[in-house]
Amino acid sequence: MTAEFWNGTMAAAAAAKQARVQVNAAYPITPQTHTVEYLSRFVNDGELDARLCKVESEHSALSACAGAAAVGARAFTASCSQGLALMSEVMYFTSGMRFPVVMAVANRTLSVPVNIWADHQDTLVNRDAGWIQIYTQTVQEIYDLILLAFRIAEHEDVCLPALVAYDGFILSHASEPVHPLDQAAVDAFLPPPGSADRPLLDPARPLQFGEVLFPDWYPDFELKKHRALADSLGTIRKAFEEFEAASGRRYAPVDAFATDGAEMVIVGLGSMMKTARHTAEKLREDGVRVGTAALRVFRPFPAEDLLEAVGGCRTVLVLDRDIGYGTGGMVYPDVTRILYHEDHRPDVLNFIVGTGGKDITPATIERCVELARGGYRGRVEFWPDARGAEEGVPYTEEPAAP
Amino acid sequence: MKIKEVDREEYLSLGNLACAGCPETLGFRHVLKALGPNTIVINQTGCLAVVMQMAVPKVPHFHVLFENSAAVISGIDDALRVRGKREGVNLLVVAGDGGTADIGLSALSGAIERNQDFIYVCFDNESYMNTGGQRSGTTPFCARTSTTPVGKVIRGEDRVPSLRKDMLEIVAAHHIPYAASTSIAYPLDLIERVRKAAAVRGPSYIHCHSPCPTGWGIDTSEVVNAARTAVQAGVVILYEVEAGVRRRTKRVAKRKPIEEYLRFQARYRHVLDDPEALARIQKDVDERYEAITAALA
Repeated sequence: MTAEFWNGTMAAAAAAKQARVQVNAAYPITPQTHTVEYLSRFVNDGELDARLCKVESEHSALSACAGAAAVGARAFTASCSQGLALMSEVMYFTSGMRFPVVMAVANRTLSVPVNIWADHQDTLVNRDAGWIQIYTQTVQEIYDLILLAFRIAEHEDVCLPALVAYDGFILSHASEPVHPLDQAAVDAFLPPPGSADRPLLDPARPLQFGEVLFPDWYPDFELKKHRALADSLGTIRKAFEEFEAASGRRYAPVDAFATDGAEMVIVGLGSMMKTARHTAEKLREDGVRVGTAALRVFRPFPAEDLLEAVGGCRTVLVLDRDIGYGTGGMVYPDVTRILYHEDHRPDVLNFIVGTGGKDITPATIERCVELARGGYRGRVEFWPDARGAEEGVPYTEEPAAP
Repeated sequence: MKIKEVDREEYLSLGNLACAGCPETLGFRHVLKALGPNTIVINQTGCLAVVMQMAVPKVPHFHVLFENSAAVISGIDDALRVRGKREGVNLLVVAGDGGTADIGLSALSGAIERNQDFIYVCFDNESYMNTGGQRSGTTPFCARTSTTPVGKVIRGEDRVPSLRKDMLEIVAAHHIPYAASTSIAYPLDLIERVRKAAAVRGPSYIHCHSPCPTGWGIDTSEVVNAARTAVQAGVVILYEVEAGVRRRTKRVAKRKPIEEYLRFQARYRHVLDDPEALARIQKDVDERYEAITAALA
């Protein structure tokens, strides 16, 4: 297929269409809305044989997808921000039921103050809802990883819901050249919709779904759910390989750049990691050995891949486009958790950047690197793009002296 | 309809977690008899969801969340249509009044408005019985619940104006193809209403009055009598709304005074010697009875 010039919402809709989704239930919310509009057009033009469940809330959107999955259909939804917060209850329900629903999320922060722009607060507060979480850096990746999400979520060894996150406006409303697969290639890559062999609601074979589990057996269930998500990394790797064969495009759970022999490695989620990489390329020309490691797969957490990327460096810069109020960035503890047990423990510094859509420019990344080279150690948290107590102070509290 | 025509098959196994004399379980048994084996049950959180933990029905049964049954069944309806498997399957929601009139009202309203094809049965025991009997949007005036206790200052449910949420009329306002009220005291009527609902293309709604012996303080042997007296006193009016036309489905020759219904129930004990409260309840019942009667075809 020739290149298309698509924005992120169109790439998401096109992937869902080519995946031949059967039930699409979604509710409008900026900046995700266009995905629903495109899918509505596909259905009304007869290009997609699906039902549009035009629900009255995000809570119902995911509930309808869960119902569709309960009778074996391929279901898709899209949301973000307040909508995702409203869905949260149903996210736990969907993963507990092991329904392989796929959701596209155009990341947007949570109110108040009212703000419609990108950060990862909405998906990260739901990081432990039992979903596979994939973060993308380009419009092409949105398209590719939504196709992959169907493949992974529906795999018989996984049977878990998956969300593909992309930064609101930065990717949702920016158009880039995208190379879609042709329909035959997608049909060959994905199993036919509704063909998964798993327990379904069927009068011919009555089963009880969604029943109570008493404390004695609850840990056993939790362990199974935890293992299923952790072990899905193997299926994800295999799916990435198969996708490379189908598309020529190569993906890995961690997208590492110039990490070999790097003095510093920048770790984070989403489109800011492309800016980080661009900045690292420039800094390397000046002799600063900076690498980047984008967590493309965040749940399950790709510990081995990340260790490989950051293992030898002196300082890890964790860029969090989010804030766990009262503690720090939400990606940071996952990184320190794995590094603590290593013989060689790099310093891990936390940078809270770009919340509420504040632009993350090469200058932001350069400032982070500059601060990291200041010799700071320990549990230091920088807010390089926030105004401090005094105008011009790059962080809210003076960090421990070098 | 005659009793001979009722399905002899039992779709609920014997033995379950219901309280003694539970009318909701009785009603559910009759609903399943009306629909038969080709039924998928979506059970919204409530007493019945707990009861069903060990009841093992002979039809697929899915306990969902507290407020999303109408949305889940919408997805099932759509999915079965796309997959060409919709014909011949009854999609049934069973829910309580809290899940229906309060927390799940938005999902129900959306599903009806979208014209999804499903049957929704609400068993109305006029409070959150599964959590120990708190008031709901259908708790009647003066009734004692655990969140409307009879105190020194406020005595029972004190909402003003005093009428409770009228779910049947709320649903009817959606231009629903079929809706009806019924009562566990009239099983043949219940079965007939459910069958009629199943024959409809699109959404249908059955509001089933279901007096709770545990929560209302009714002797288990008197539950059906209490439910029947509610109809005879005009507290519960049995009628159906079909394509906007309202028809009475159970005639009441001469309405009994409200006290005859209230005296079955401990939750009204404090009003039996309160002429002012009794008069208010009677007035509300009379006015609603006349309003609904005037609207009947």
